[in-house]
Amino acid sequence: MKRSVLSSAALLAIVVIVAPLLGSSHIELGRAFAGRSPDHEIFFYARLPRVILALLGGAALSVTGVLFQCMLRDPLAEPYTLGVSSGASVGAVIAICLGWRATGLASLVGAALVLLIVLGMAVEGRRLSSFTLLLTGVTMNSMAFAVILFLHNLASFSQSFAISRWLMGGLDAVEYSTLAGLAVVVVAASALVMAYAPHWNLLAVGDDWAASRGVSTVRLTALGYIAGSVLTGLVTSLTGPIGFVGLIVPHALRLKLGADHRALLPCAFLLGGAFLVACDTLSRTVIAPTEIPVGVLTALCGGPFFLWLLKSRRRSLWL
Amino acid sequence: MTSFIARQLGFAYGLHDARFEFPRSGLITITGPNGAGKSTLLGILAGLRSPYHGSCTFGGKEVRHWPKREFARKVAFLPQSVRMEFPFTVEEVVLMGRTPYASGWFQTAEDRSAAEEAMTTTDTLTFRGRDFRTLSGGEAQRVILASALTQRPEALLLDEPATHLDLRHQLSLYRLLVELAKSLLVVAVTHDLNLALRFSDRVMVLEDGRVAADGPPAEVLNPALIARVFEVQATVHARWLTYEA
Repeated sequence: MKRSVLSSAALLAIVVIVAPLLGSSHIELGRAFAGRSPDHEIFFYARLPRVILALLGGAALSVTGVLFQCMLRDPLAEPYTLGVSSGASVGAVIAICLGWRATGLASLVGAALVLLIVLGMAVEGRRLSSFTLLLTGVTMNSMAFAVILFLHNLASFSQSFAISRWLMGGLDAVEYSTLAGLAVVVVAASALVMAYAPHWNLLAVGDDWAASRGVSTVRLTALGYIAGSVLTGLVTSLTGPIGFVGLIVPHALRLKLGADHRALLPCAFLLGGAFLVACDTLSRTVIAPTEIPVGVLTALCGGPFFLWLLKSRRRSLWL
Repeated sequence: MTSFIARQLGFAYGLHDARFEFPRSGLITITGPNGAGKSTLLGILAGLRSPYHGSCTFGGKEVRHWPKREFARKVAFLPQSVRMEFPFTVEEVVLMGRTPYASGWFQTAEDRSAAEEAMTTTDTLTFRGRDFRTLSGGEAQRVILASALTQRPEALLLDEPATHLDLRHQLSLYRLLVELAKSLLVVAVTHDLNLALRFSDRVMVLEDGRVAADGPPAEVLNPALIARVFEVQATVHARWLTYEA
């Protein structure tokens, strides 16, 4: 367990050091730190904030993926498939249209609302239906998309440009002060979630299983959904909807590490961060100087992976 | 000495006015037709169904007032089956029973020895490293039992533990329960009247959420009661159908 966490941390460190050096124009680290133009500006104001945002975003989305899969006992659950990311998007787009500055808060409210609707739909007595869960998620995604298109049409030219840039799931440079705020929330929420790792193990088996072993399931589930909404909402408000990170990273890790959340959660945090940083680096270097929105890249990797999960030979075990 | 005491115990529509006292040890089976309230009753005893009406105490304290963690060190519950979605190993599943004793993130040597002991008792030690999802029904049931035993409970509650087992495993499970019942209270819900008759010290029959009969198996499970409650004609043979492994 300790070894896998350490090697994940090492991998993340390597990715984070290498990523800002790669890009459409060549820069030297020495010149960047010496404050020489343009290396300094490219490194500190264009690339490093992006890398940090990708790291925090990937970490938050992966941790949320692990949480949702555990609480719903559904391997296909993650913020994007449940429609939670789309809810956050609607919140953010409304905020952009109305000129509110609190896009983060609007996203959070959107995420929480969709989560409540999806859960409300899927509850059948004391059980959750996996089919209803995913179908409601699909429906919420289409509805959210419709609302966004509608608002997009009403919006002024500059708003419309802001919306479409944001929707493609970009990781454009954000100010350091915003990043610091995001870092505090993401790290705090993830740490809180990780503190309960042994209890998540029991909840991943079943509610009664956990409750009959002394776990306060109601409190733990509430913590999970609140943390998931906060993480998804805040990250989405800054990055736009980025899909499938919460699916690919947790499942790849489970294949390697097993299901123990004490290893899974920290590794999902570290490697989720590394994964999105790597995707973002790829998205701005593959056909440089043109950038592919990172959301396009994760969807292109994650979509087929999702289909494979559905079709996989483990289907009888997983669904 | 008693463990559970119920007075005018009820739950929504599923259970009415149940009253009984359970001893500190012995094997008690609860039986009755579908929808009679068996699982509801077991759930209340396990502290999983509340709010219930009336009173249900364990060790003199109302079940719903017990702190969950402390209660889990006294009473263990085995669900009918566990649908596992994620690749937990057998040993991880067994160790989950140590949660009410855990003081932090990591397992202690005592946790591991308790798990080892429980896996020895249930004969599951040989596949401790296997993915729980690859187990057969009988193996899975024994692993779940092992997990409950690591809680070191004073009372063990089982919901239809033998339902998915073949005859040989049914017998060996009940033999194990009889063995355990020498030192702790074992309460099992079952549909199998022969198993109840043969192994239990006491049988409680539920009908429409009420206790229809409660006592020694040979007295309770008579053709008249079976005809009334289960609506089938039963014949008591001089020699019961016995299976031997």
